[in-house]
Amino acid sequence: MIKAKPKPLEEIIDNVKDLNKLLIAGCDGCVTVCEAGGLKEVKVLAAALRLYFTQAGKQVQVDEASLTRQCEKEYLAQLSDRMEGYDAAVSLACGVGAQYLAEMYDHKPVFPGVDTCFLGVNEERGLYSERCQACGRCILAETGGICPITRCSKRMLNGPCGGSDKGKCEINPDIPCGWELIYERLKTLGQLDRFERPVEPKDWTTSRDGGPRKIVREDLRI
Amino acid sequence: MRLQYAPNLRIIEVPCTGKVDILHLLQAFEHGADGVIVAGCKEGDCHYLVGNLHAKTRVKRAKEILDTVGLGAERVAMYNLSSGEGGRFVEIVTEMTNKILELGPSPIRGAMEKGMMIREAEEVTT
Amino acid sequence: MSTTTPSKLQQIIASGQMAVTSEVGPPQSADGKVIDSKAKMIKDYVDAINVTDNQTSVCRMCSLVCCIRIKLLGLEPILQMTTRDRNRIALQSDILGAASFGIHNVLCLTGDHQHFGDHASCANVFDLDSSQLAMTVKMMRDEGRLLGGSKFEVGPQMFIGAAVNPFAGPNVFMRVIRMGKKAAAGVQFVQTQCIYNLDKMKEFMKIAVDRGLTEKVAVLAGITPLKNVGMAKYMQKRVPGMDVPDEVVKRLAGVPKEKQAEEGINLAVEQIEELKSVPGLRGFHVMAIEWEEKVPVIVERTGLYPRPQMGGGG
Repeated sequence: MIKAKPKPLEEIIDNVKDLNKLLIAGCDGCVTVCEAGGLKEVKVLAAALRLYFTQAGKQVQVDEASLTRQCEKEYLAQLSDRMEGYDAAVSLACGVGAQYLAEMYDHKPVFPGVDTCFLGVNEERGLYSERCQACGRCILAETGGICPITRCSKRMLNGPCGGSDKGKCEINPDIPCGWELIYERLKTLGQLDRFERPVEPKDWTTSRDGGPRKIVREDLRI
Repeated sequence: MRLQYAPNLRIIEVPCTGKVDILHLLQAFEHGADGVIVAGCKEGDCHYLVGNLHAKTRVKRAKEILDTVGLGAERVAMYNLSSGEGGRFVEIVTEMTNKILELGPSPIRGAMEKGMMIREAEEVTT
Repeated sequence: MSTTTPSKLQQIIASGQMAVTSEVGPPQSADGKVIDSKAKMIKDYVDAINVTDNQTSVCRMCSLVCCIRIKLLGLEPILQMTTRDRNRIALQSDILGAASFGIHNVLCLTGDHQHFGDHASCANVFDLDSSQLAMTVKMMRDEGRLLGGSKFEVGPQMFIGAAVNPFAGPNVFMRVIRMGKKAAAGVQFVQTQCIYNLDKMKEFMKIAVDRGLTEKVAVLAGITPLKNVGMAKYMQKRVPGMDVPDEVVKRLAGVPKEKQAEEGINLAVEQIEELKSVPGLRGFHVMAIEWEEKVPVIVERTGLYPRPQMGGGG
């Protein structure tokens, strides 16, 4: 899922400090799972903002909401009768949802309340790590189910590099060497021969390098 | 034990400090509390194993928020003691009361007294 | 070695003699004379000179330009290229530029991550990795075309090199396999990471010989003289992929401070002497980081001076 973390409160206050009517809008999707932007986090942020404004002597209305998803117009539309009443919204959805909210209500400022970080897994509660770079052409079949573009700091396709040290990446001993992981996995799967053939340069057009991406599924569209 | 302590304390009993949510702490201040004490069992002695450790992280987060919004981190504090330590309880209340007296009343209470409405938030669920 | 190029380094290796290379680090300034003086200091003691490419991600004068300077001095440069800072367009572009000045040696590296250097907040490139860069140079040389398809008449005639680290993970056997993969990609010579664990190096070479790899790739052993025990400890603890046995640290610690540099040189000389007889080893790459003035004495004491004079070449 998308993993995000709450933005520093100071930054959010800085964006809204001169406003009078705010909506804090959360999302029940990914940001709820990583406890950054769900209804709970909405309520905590709203309470914090109310405390801020009150001690500053300002009367400010801070309302709370959480949508099923902010990346879907159908759910964003549920706010349509209320948005006029606000000066701005703080979206705790990921960068996707925050943008879609801003797109639908384009005459109202929308401020992001989280920093969207990566596509990743829950290793444990409060410990999330990256697994996919969305390069658009998945090669997991060739690397034993471990992605070198994500898990190798140098996104090598012919790794490991010479800095792979006791199974750790040279840049940080907390990061496992992606290629050591691939080696162990291919060994378990009996596919070590994959290491002998050089992999050709990657076509990056399906990733960020090719420009903003779109999927058009003709089979789903009439 | 019939020990005396300051009358300005309102006690809210919970089965474990793990039940104390960060929203409870923030909302206490929203409603005019000058200070909040979270009193839990000693670390390692929690009947529910780690409830008091959860409370500890929530108090820490509440402190950060209170500092950022201008109320001051010292208005909330967590203490660990056993239920048999009546004397220690009195010490804690006295210590916290003195600290709050030093800090002065919460600016929220000041605003309430000036007639500012602390409006309840409207929750919009979909 | 498959394709023959005008590279003097290739000629020396092909003649069966031990090759000696060394490296110079460019300045963090626009002062080109630094390169000239470093190169002149070692020129009679080596067959070819590497110029590092923003090594450890510290921004320095570019390797390509320094190689041109060295070439214009009449010496033999080895262009080090990392894939960290340049995409395939820039890499191929630089190869064409290098070739236009008659540079015939390229060392294909992925490169240290920018985390280590002085511009840690930059975006990195890593469009290609070292093996893919080697493949690309080979294609340019042998097929006269770029990755994008365009063909050219005048192309690079490069002797293709890479780095190997027998001491990195997962294990020595896989590091040999990886060298084999690089050979399959077109690599003709390799320079190893600096060696302090001779046993492991010998193990690496034995596996390489058994797999017939040393017929395809010339291995040059990397030797770095230690200046003092502090340097030994630093390399042991702080440099990923480096294997410095405790005996080496103890040896330097066991002599008084003012004698440690001399002991470091002694150790380097002994290492070269011991490795000379290892089957499959074709030479040495002496890396005296910021200590280039010691290269001559090391080469002399190991009987590798004077260097053979090869006729012809670019």
